[in-house]
Amino acid sequence: MPHNIVLRLTSYAALVVAALLFVAPLLFMFAGSLKPDDQVLLEAGSWRAFLPDTIAWQNYLDVFARVRFGRYLMNSLFITSMIVAAGLIVNSLAGYAFARLQWTGRDILFAGVLTIMIVPLEAIAVPLFYQVTLFGWRDTYIVQILPFLANAFSIYLFYTFFIGLPRELEEAARIDGASVLRTFVSVIVPNSKPVFATVAILTFLMQWGAFLWPLMVTSGEAVRPLPLAVSTFHSLPPLQWGDIFAFGVMMVSPVLIVFLLFQRWFVRGVVATGIKG
Amino acid sequence: MAQVQFQHVYKTYDDGTQALVDFDLQVQDGEFMVLVGSSGCGKSTALRLLAGLETLTAGNILIDDDDINDKPPQQRNIAMVFQNYALYPHMTVRQNLAFPLKMMKRGRADTERRVQQAAALLELTALLERKPGQLSGGQRQRVAMGRAIVREPRVFLMDEPLSNLDARLRVSIRADIAGLQKKMGTTTLYVTHDQVEAMTLGERVAVMNEGRLQQLGAPQDLYEKPANTFVAGFIGNPGMNLFSAQLAKVDNRIQVMLGDYKITVSDTNVVAPDTLASCTGQDLIVGLRPESFIPGSGDDDTLPARISSVETLGHEQLIYFTAPWSGGKTLVARQGSLQHIAHHEVLLKPDTSQLYFFTAEGVAIY
Repeated sequence: MPHNIVLRLTSYAALVVAALLFVAPLLFMFAGSLKPDDQVLLEAGSWRAFLPDTIAWQNYLDVFARVRFGRYLMNSLFITSMIVAAGLIVNSLAGYAFARLQWTGRDILFAGVLTIMIVPLEAIAVPLFYQVTLFGWRDTYIVQILPFLANAFSIYLFYTFFIGLPRELEEAARIDGASVLRTFVSVIVPNSKPVFATVAILTFLMQWGAFLWPLMVTSGEAVRPLPLAVSTFHSLPPLQWGDIFAFGVMMVSPVLIVFLLFQRWFVRGVVATGIKG
Repeated sequence: MAQVQFQHVYKTYDDGTQALVDFDLQVQDGEFMVLVGSSGCGKSTALRLLAGLETLTAGNILIDDDDINDKPPQQRNIAMVFQNYALYPHMTVRQNLAFPLKMMKRGRADTERRVQQAAALLELTALLERKPGQLSGGQRQRVAMGRAIVREPRVFLMDEPLSNLDARLRVSIRADIAGLQKKMGTTTLYVTHDQVEAMTLGERVAVMNEGRLQQLGAPQDLYEKPANTFVAGFIGNPGMNLFSAQLAKVDNRIQVMLGDYKITVSDTNVVAPDTLASCTGQDLIVGLRPESFIPGSGDDDTLPARISSVETLGHEQLIYFTAPWSGGKTLVARQGSLQHIAHHEVLLKPDTSQLYFFTAEGVAIY
């Protein structure tokens, strides 16, 4: 049908344009990271911005010379993976308790959790800062991990997934002799891989780029994550865009790798939990 | 093996729906009890209460005089087969069968031995390494049965286990279930909405409606002596025809007055004419099974009818008809002759020894 072909061509064209729009900044950054500093800004306004003339790895070497990239990377990896791993446990258990267990005050508390979803970190950052200072937690890993374990949006994602699982599965497990926790571990979790993958990826993406909170609660590079290292390039002249781009590429790469590895799960999870990507 | 008792059990849901009202039932040791009724009658609720999947509002449930009201499902030692089988999709058949044993902390050797036994009994040995998604409906059903029997529970619960199977498979698995239950001798509560299934499987059948037990008895008793109009209409395929009438005593014979028509109750009727004599002049409901109509030839006790539709079953026909004496209701007759055609007039002769009578409130008169 000609009508269908036109429709397909139009939608493909639209998708290509959208894809280019999303890829362009990454390409710009990657190309820029391979150029000498003087060329980066010079070519920024032309199509050449997306193509390096020569491949020069100097910027990458500069990054390692100017900041302790390895330290920052390890900090970021540790903090983010702790938040992801512990967050999966905490939030999935909470989601399950809201979705399946009967207890007094459940619905009110769940409404509270849903309300928290719309409160941004910026709104609670100052009192939270005050609190962690009282605890003496500043300049530690725990101050960057603990406040982000329980996450209202993650709980909501788990809740919507669990509520859609056939109830009989759990009932069968209970009758077969499994306790609530055992049912969760042996029956629910193995059948909920998509939502675990979705929450893991979303949490990783969100936490990898965390900037404001680490900036508030840390001061030395010993525990600071990658996004704070980038400020070093702005605060220590000369301002070299090639270095910043090289740093950006190295910082974004783990995110891209995680996304590409788990893309299939991610898509399935988004479909299963009904969230919009 | 165990005896199960429901004692004055009530279940009211949060929205006020009464699922069970004063439900009393005693299931004997090793008995195959079927709970039957249309959807929403409370039969599944009774099963779920016994399983511990729901909490009762009032009353008691006992297994062998052991009050289990406050026990969680895992402490009741019962096994349940669900309508959709509820097999664990991520586990192989072997792991599905072994799961309850694992929860009971049985040793590896004992678990393996029992799994093999159950698999052999249900012809699942060749399927042990498959996952539920790779099995047919009948195979899944057998795995669900296997998971129930492997732990040798005190009571089997089955919640419409055949309703997802096609008709032919249903008949063969029905026989398997009956055989298996006999072999194991485990007390069984089986829930179904299909009265044929109930009649063929149950040693006793409990007919339920709107959360109340309507009648409890052997299948044949329910068919031959229904306690009320609900049971009369529910048991039998199709159920009993029910229509309004009055009784009159003419020349020492009891006659059923149907508007301009009348039929004379036979002396050998299921309800003795002497019993009916005291009911003359009252508004009653008359019941007549579809198989109790014989072709008439215009003599006494023959009633005219107009066929509205015909279902041919090969060896017989079901004739749906309306009649001036049926009070506007469509009735059904089972006829051995295959000659009937829709929209034709026909004469039917009720077997006047097979007339049932109920009060206007629907209670059977015997």
